[in-house]
Amino acid sequence: MTQSLIIEKKSTRAGFGDALLELGERNPEVVALCADLTGSLKMDAFAAAFPERFFQAGIAEANMMGMAAGLTIGGKIPFTGTFANFSTGRVYDQIRQSIAYSGKNVKICASHAGLTLGEDGASHQILEDIGLMKMLPNMCVINPCDYNQTKAATLAIAEYVGPVYLRFGRPDWPDFTPADQKFEIGKALCMKAGHDVSIFATGHMVWIALQAADELANQGVSAEVVDIHTIKPLDEEFVINSVRKTGCAVTAEEHSVFGGLGDSIAQCLVRNIPLPLEMVAVNDHFGESGKAMELLEKYGLDVPAIVSAALKALERK
Amino acid sequence: MPDIDYLNSVSKQVRRDIIRMVHAVSSGHPGGSLGACDYLVALYFEIMDHDPANFSMDGKGQDIFILSNGHLSAALYSVLARSGYFSIEELASFRKLGTRLQGHPGTDKGLPGVRAATGSLGQGLSMAIGAALSKKLNKDSKKVFCLMGDGELQEGQVWEAVMYAAANKVDNLIAAVDYNGKQIDGSLDDVLPLGDLHKKWEVFGWKVIDAKGNDMQDLIKSLQTAISYTDKGIPVVILLHTEMGFGVDFMMGTHKWHGVAPNDEQAAEALNQLEETLGDY
Repeated sequence: MTQSLIIEKKSTRAGFGDALLELGERNPEVVALCADLTGSLKMDAFAAAFPERFFQAGIAEANMMGMAAGLTIGGKIPFTGTFANFSTGRVYDQIRQSIAYSGKNVKICASHAGLTLGEDGASHQILEDIGLMKMLPNMCVINPCDYNQTKAATLAIAEYVGPVYLRFGRPDWPDFTPADQKFEIGKALCMKAGHDVSIFATGHMVWIALQAADELANQGVSAEVVDIHTIKPLDEEFVINSVRKTGCAVTAEEHSVFGGLGDSIAQCLVRNIPLPLEMVAVNDHFGESGKAMELLEKYGLDVPAIVSAALKALERK
Repeated sequence: MPDIDYLNSVSKQVRRDIIRMVHAVSSGHPGGSLGACDYLVALYFEIMDHDPANFSMDGKGQDIFILSNGHLSAALYSVLARSGYFSIEELASFRKLGTRLQGHPGTDKGLPGVRAATGSLGQGLSMAIGAALSKKLNKDSKKVFCLMGDGELQEGQVWEAVMYAAANKVDNLIAAVDYNGKQIDGSLDDVLPLGDLHKKWEVFGWKVIDAKGNDMQDLIKSLQTAISYTDKGIPVVILLHTEMGFGVDFMMGTHKWHGVAPNDEQAAEALNQLEETLGDY
C-alpha cells in the first residue's frame, strides 16, 4: 500500500487532547475531569493551561461521573476522561441515572477502546462499550476514525447539547481524513464510492476497510466504504441508499458482534431493505495481550476478514 | 428569628401530605419521608435562599438542594409544592401514569425544583460536589445542600465523594445524613454497621455537626452553625439523628414502614395523629 507510506500516523486520543486544549481557549464553560489518566488521555495540556477548570478525580470514576453531572447545573460543559472500560461498564449506573436520565450535558470521552490498546490485555480491552452506551436513552455515541476526525468530533460535541459518548483509542494510526473537516454529528461519510457491496466501518476499522476495498478492487469487486462515525443517531437514510445501490453490506468494528455497529445496521436493514449483511466484529470473546495489529489479525478484524466477508455477502445476493 | 411554631405546623402538613400521597397509590416510602421532613422544612422554609417562582436548572444565584436518597420523594414533593414550586393540587398525581411526580425524582418531566434524578443510591453527593464546584467557577456565593440516607453510606461512591470534597476544599457544600439507623432489611447495625459515623466523617476531613433531626429548634441552630462553617476550606456534614416514621406512633421504632404504604384504616389512624395546619391538597 503505497498510500500508507506517505500518510502520517497519530493517535486518536491525541486528536481529543489537542481539541480539548483548543476548546479551553475557545469556550470558558468547558471543564475537564480525569480519573488519574491525564497523560494517557492527552489531557495534560488542558490541565496545565486551565488548572482552575481541570478536576483530578483520582481513581474514583463513579464520583467523577457524578461531579461531571453536577457541574452542568451551573452551566458548565464537562468532558470526562478515562479508559473506555472505566468510562462505561465501571460506571454504568452513574451514567444512566446522573447523566442520561438526568439529561445532563456531559461529554464522556473514552480512550483505549477495543483490542488495539494491546499489551494490557482483556481486563482493559472493552468490546461492549458501544452497546452499553447506545442503549441509554438520550445518549449520542460517536467513534471517529483517525486523529483529525477525533479532533473535529471533540470540537463538535461541545456545541451539541446533551450527553455524548466519544470513543477513541490508544495506537498511532493513519491520519487520512482532512484536517479542516467539519464534523456533523449523525452524518455518515462516504470515503470511497462503489457499487457491488457497502462496507460500513467505524473507528480504526475505517482505515482497514479502505485497504480491504483496494484488495477487493484487485479482485474486480467495487466496494463502497462508509465511515459511520456516529453510531447513534445512525444516518439511516445514507445506509439505506447505499445498500439500495450495492445490494449487500458488511460492517466492521473494533467491538463485540453483539450490540455494536453491526447490530445497528442490521436493525436498519431488516426494517427497511432486508438484504445480505455480514459482520466483522469480535465474536463473543474477551481479548488478550499482544500488539495491536496482531490482535486485529487474531480476532478477525483485518483486511482478509473484511474481504472474505464482502465476498460472502456478494454470494448471498 | 425563625418562627419555630410555624415551621412545625408546616412539618405537620407535610406529614399529612406524605401519608395521603402514599396511601392514594398504595406505594411509596413513608418511613424515611416522615423522619426527614423536619430537615426539609427547615431548609426550604427558613434556611435556603431560593426563588420557587423562578426555578432554573442552573440555579445561579440561589442555594440549591439535591435529594440523594430519592425514595424520600413524597417528602420532597410536598415541601416543594408547599414552598411554591408548583401547585399543591399536583401532589394528587404522585406516582400515577403521566405524572411529573415520579416514584423517584427525575428531571425529564420538567418538575420545578428537581435538578437531579436520584433513587439509585450513592450518587447525589457527587452531583452536589459538582454543583458546588460550578458555583465556585461562577463566583456564585450561594450554597449547595445534599441529603443522604444512612444506609446509603454503604455505597462506595459516597466515600469517593467524601474524600474528594475534603481534599479539594469544597467548602460551599453542606451535606446531611438522615441517621435513623434503619434500612429495608432491618437495623443498620444488623445489615452492615457504619461504625462511629461521626469519627468516620471527621477523619475523612469534614466538619461534623450532630443535630436532633426531629427538633425544629435544634435543626435551625445546627443548619445556621453549618453555614457559619462554610467558606473555610472544609466541607460540612450534619448527622441528623432522626426517627424513621416520626409523627405517626405506629410507624416509629421499626424499619417496616420504609417502603410500605398504609391501608385505609392505618392511613386514617395516621392522619388522626397529624393535625391539618395549612389545608390538605
